[in-house]
Amino acid sequence: MAAAAVVNGTASSSEWEGRYYHVDQILDRSGPRTDPSFLAGDEVKEFLREKCKILVIGAGGLGCEILANLALSGFKDIHVIDMDTIDISNLNRQFLFRQKDVGKSKAIVAAEFIMNRVPGVKVTPYFGKIQDKDEDYYMQFNLIICGLDSVEARRWINATLVNMVDSDNPESLKPLIDGGTEGFKGQARVILPTVTSCYECSLDMLNKPTAFPICTIANTPRLPEHCIEWASVLEWPKVHGDKKLDTDNPEHISWLYQVAAARAKEFKIEGVTYSLTQGVVKNIIPAIASTNAIIAASCCNEAFKIATSSAAYLNNYFMLIGTDGVYSYTFEHEKRDDCPVCGGQSLAITVNKEWTVERLIDMLIERQDIQVKKPSLSTPGKQIYFQAPPQLELATRPNLEKKISDLVPDGGEITVTATTLPFNLSLRVKYT
Amino acid sequence: MIKIWSMKKNEDQAAKKRPKTSAAQIRVQKDLTELDLPSTMQTKFADEADILNFELIITPDEGMYKGGSFEFSFNINANYPHEPPKVKCKQVIYHPNVDLEGNVCLNILREDWKPVLNLNSVMVGLQYLFLEPNADDPLNKEAAEELKRNREQFVYNVKVSMRGGSIKGVQYNKVIP
Repeated sequence: MAAAAVVNGTASSSEWEGRYYHVDQILDRSGPRTDPSFLAGDEVKEFLREKCKILVIGAGGLGCEILANLALSGFKDIHVIDMDTIDISNLNRQFLFRQKDVGKSKAIVAAEFIMNRVPGVKVTPYFGKIQDKDEDYYMQFNLIICGLDSVEARRWINATLVNMVDSDNPESLKPLIDGGTEGFKGQARVILPTVTSCYECSLDMLNKPTAFPICTIANTPRLPEHCIEWASVLEWPKVHGDKKLDTDNPEHISWLYQVAAARAKEFKIEGVTYSLTQGVVKNIIPAIASTNAIIAASCCNEAFKIATSSAAYLNNYFMLIGTDGVYSYTFEHEKRDDCPVCGGQSLAITVNKEWTVERLIDMLIERQDIQVKKPSLSTPGKQIYFQAPPQLELATRPNLEKKISDLVPDGGEITVTATTLPFNLSLRVKYT
Repeated sequence: MIKIWSMKKNEDQAAKKRPKTSAAQIRVQKDLTELDLPSTMQTKFADEADILNFELIITPDEGMYKGGSFEFSFNINANYPHEPPKVKCKQVIYHPNVDLEGNVCLNILREDWKPVLNLNSVMVGLQYLFLEPNADDPLNKEAAEELKRNREQFVYNVKVSMRGGSIKGVQYNKVIP
């Protein structure tokens, strides 16, 4: 009786002696590199273990590692989103999944696995797309970690988090930790929306997807990849018309494989296989479990440091190149002034409710602090006035006479572009 | 939790910034409104509210394609400018670098695309194909071989095709207004 009381004394029954022995070495005292605001002791432990809410986007190669690391380092309220289902080819490295799980949701299976394995941790899964969720949803988290495989999804979450930053609400700034791997290479970075460089700022650092000249594909194929591209780029639309190629449909891939194989035979090219076909059309780069482990560890290390202030966090880009030996490099990626997401000027303007669009344009041109010539204006989803091309200028010209207040709601946003601007200027309109 | 807020600079000018317009949309607005096209090229929007899908009409005023009016469709997706626009010729034309399905062999539309390029560069590149058809990168092999073998015959074939005639059993679209 007495013994049970001691065990259950301070924490829930899922805690056991020594559970956090190693993590507490860091949290119970400050070190030479801890942030001055760090308060060692119970408060930081309570924040980490009771209050901090973290979102993991992606429950694949990186996601499985991230979830396990977070759960074991003491994060207790974890949410996970993934739109994918488990494929048999995932099982070699996505260790939260078993053969019986093939076909089920990655997010749901991963969440159940972690909750069974690590007592006291709550993992809330969402089986669907990140785009299904709105700002209110993302607002509830303290931190977000991404282990994604698509540029599109990263751009979306990055832009969403940057746009969420509200100068009146410090809680609206959500640190984003982004991990990514490609074969033996990987990167981990810390993005503090509007403070550091964002994902969009570094878009030009991406390797461009491999594409072959279309004439080579059509006339002088030399590689098995050329035959596969011929099948998918030229033959598919020719034979199937407007029917879209679905790279997840095995029948479609089989068709491409057969067409590519026949072409390869004709040109005496070896090496066209079903899996290469799938690899080429889906742009698959073989995933390496150890690269995922290193990058996930780095991401979770940053999450832990940011959540606890126990040590300086990454500023702001870590890259790993494991192709020839092991090389890693850390640097500060700089914010771009002409970044379409976090760069550009933002301006609050107050205008008379009776003003026409033309009057607003004149005012923009006259303002010394903006320096625009020939501005084109739009609201999300609608054009207000375009300087060119002629057809759009003509179509939007009648708007010049209209009142701005008829086109843009109070507090609404106008996107301004002009040759004289590095990228764009966004105006927030208030009426008097 | 680390205090990030204190690191935010320029608080005074921090007007609430939350554009809902996507980066691709803004970039297309910028590209389109800053187009600098010669009189031989014109854009046509079927739906003026949809700036991501439109046509380009090229009417060369010199070279062997002079007098023709060539239509291309442009499709831009949410990944622009990370990915190039998808461009296809809408007519069946006799050209070494355009196949009968309308695929176009232009390096900057595929392997040499870079986000620093824009719609203007693509359009100028397309127009160049009509001034200097390139027999070394053929998509219509028959046409390319003819251009290499016998330039005069090729020029004649171009004229025939532009009037809607057929060459070696292939019927081409009339592109002369």
